[in-house]
Amino acid sequence: MGSQAPIVIVGAGQAGVQIAESLRQQGYDGGLLLVGEEPHPPYQRPPLSKKWLTEPGASQALSLRGPEALSRRRIELRLDTRVLAIDRAGSRLQLAGGEELRYGQLALATGARPRTLSLPGAQLEGVLALRTIGDSLRIGAAIRRCAAEQRPLVVIGGGFIGLEVAAGARKLGAEVTVLEGLPRLMSRVAAPIVSEAFERVHRAHGVNLVLGAQVAELVGHEGRVQAVRCADGREFPAGAVVVGIGVAADDALAAAAGLACERGIVVDECARSSDPAIVAAGDCSARRLADGRLLRLESVHNAVEQGQSAAAALMGHERPFRSTPWFWSDQYDVKLQMVGLSHGFDQVVTRGDLERPAFSAFYFRAGRLLAVDSLSRVQDHMKSKRLLDAGLSPTPAQAADANFDLQSVLQQARPATADGA
Amino acid sequence: MPQVTYIEPDGHRVTLGVEIGTSVMRGAMDAGVSGIEALCGGNCACATCHCYVDGAWLEQLPPPAVDERLMLENVAAERRSTSRLSCQLTVTAALDGLIVQFPDRQS
Repeated sequence: MGSQAPIVIVGAGQAGVQIAESLRQQGYDGGLLLVGEEPHPPYQRPPLSKKWLTEPGASQALSLRGPEALSRRRIELRLDTRVLAIDRAGSRLQLAGGEELRYGQLALATGARPRTLSLPGAQLEGVLALRTIGDSLRIGAAIRRCAAEQRPLVVIGGGFIGLEVAAGARKLGAEVTVLEGLPRLMSRVAAPIVSEAFERVHRAHGVNLVLGAQVAELVGHEGRVQAVRCADGREFPAGAVVVGIGVAADDALAAAAGLACERGIVVDECARSSDPAIVAAGDCSARRLADGRLLRLESVHNAVEQGQSAAAALMGHERPFRSTPWFWSDQYDVKLQMVGLSHGFDQVVTRGDLERPAFSAFYFRAGRLLAVDSLSRVQDHMKSKRLLDAGLSPTPAQAADANFDLQSVLQQARPATADGA
Repeated sequence: MPQVTYIEPDGHRVTLGVEIGTSVMRGAMDAGVSGIEALCGGNCACATCHCYVDGAWLEQLPPPAVDERLMLENVAAERRSTSRLSCQLTVTAALDGLIVQFPDRQS
């Protein structure tokens, strides 16, 4: 690589770790520094709203990679370090505290921050959002206090985070109210039939689910939240409030350095920013698709896929985004697994039992499979993922027929091999 | 601490002490063993911690639960009778000496 200064990766989450590891896998032998703003070594965020919320353990249990794993790959980790500015001309980072850090090449994996409510009372004590280990611990404690004091937890937002927190709070015995502004749950990502299934599940578990709720104000007493008031005058008592209304890409550093940003750091299919010498990956990025649209995904898979591309780009190679995006969510005993992007679908068919629920929803556009949401249908998810990765599609009728083996589409598409059953 | 031997896809062997009660996956991730991705972090949701259990040890393990069995049917690498998801294997004293091998691909 020629340069003395290390490759510096700003952000020590899923994407940052992936860039570092992929660089080593691809043979990069120079210095490699991973800079994290949080005090914790790299950790997984998905459990923070799931199992870890109700059963927090040692933070080590969340670890993405142990210290040994990083040192084995000669990845230097610098935590508790905030980067204030990027000096592109001087190839330097300005750190909080005045120190400067030289880089040979730069990768940004700065993640995202929870969106906040801009409403009266949003700053009251007891109004919480979830992103970090500390947030998860605070929300877990607030839920336990709600349960003990028999005050409801109010969740604002019926998306993944809000619904997972609601499920966790029910598990811990707290009363829960979920306020969703739109007429159905998870409307940004799921078809109505999937939303409806989750509405039934949450109601069956005793959640007070309010759809179409326009939150107007958080009402407090002595600085502490007491209730959430809606525009129509309804008021919901609250021991604590969790705001789960999405995240915004953390692109401030990149924007200030003059990189193109639009709802995130704009990158191409190979994770290169508008300055081809700087790459970005994960939640902080917005990927420009071939048709010009910008795609923002917030997921482990996206962080890993883009992280691999970013590492390749730093090595001077082109490695476009390749595998089909996937996501998962745990709510009560329902395991939701999603693969593909359903945007633009014109037909949905289902297989399985809608009531239990244990079914999959297959999204088609002009007869081609776009995406599949599986609720406690692990086998459908795994097979659909392979189909989508291979660019194959069952017909809607085949997808809807529970007796039709999805795998046979794969097998027909390639010459029979001794692949086993 | 029970010792677990991980065989990486290129045949390199790594033997580690893994604490009782943690998963075989966790041990590998903490130490940076190659050949495992474990993207979902142990939720049995992604099948990227697929391993082959050394034959003699297979019967020492509790059989896979339904979800694991269904996930295993569609792993990216070759499915063998010894295939397991390492996130679902909890290390016990009885598993001291366990040997698992990671396949050539996880996704």
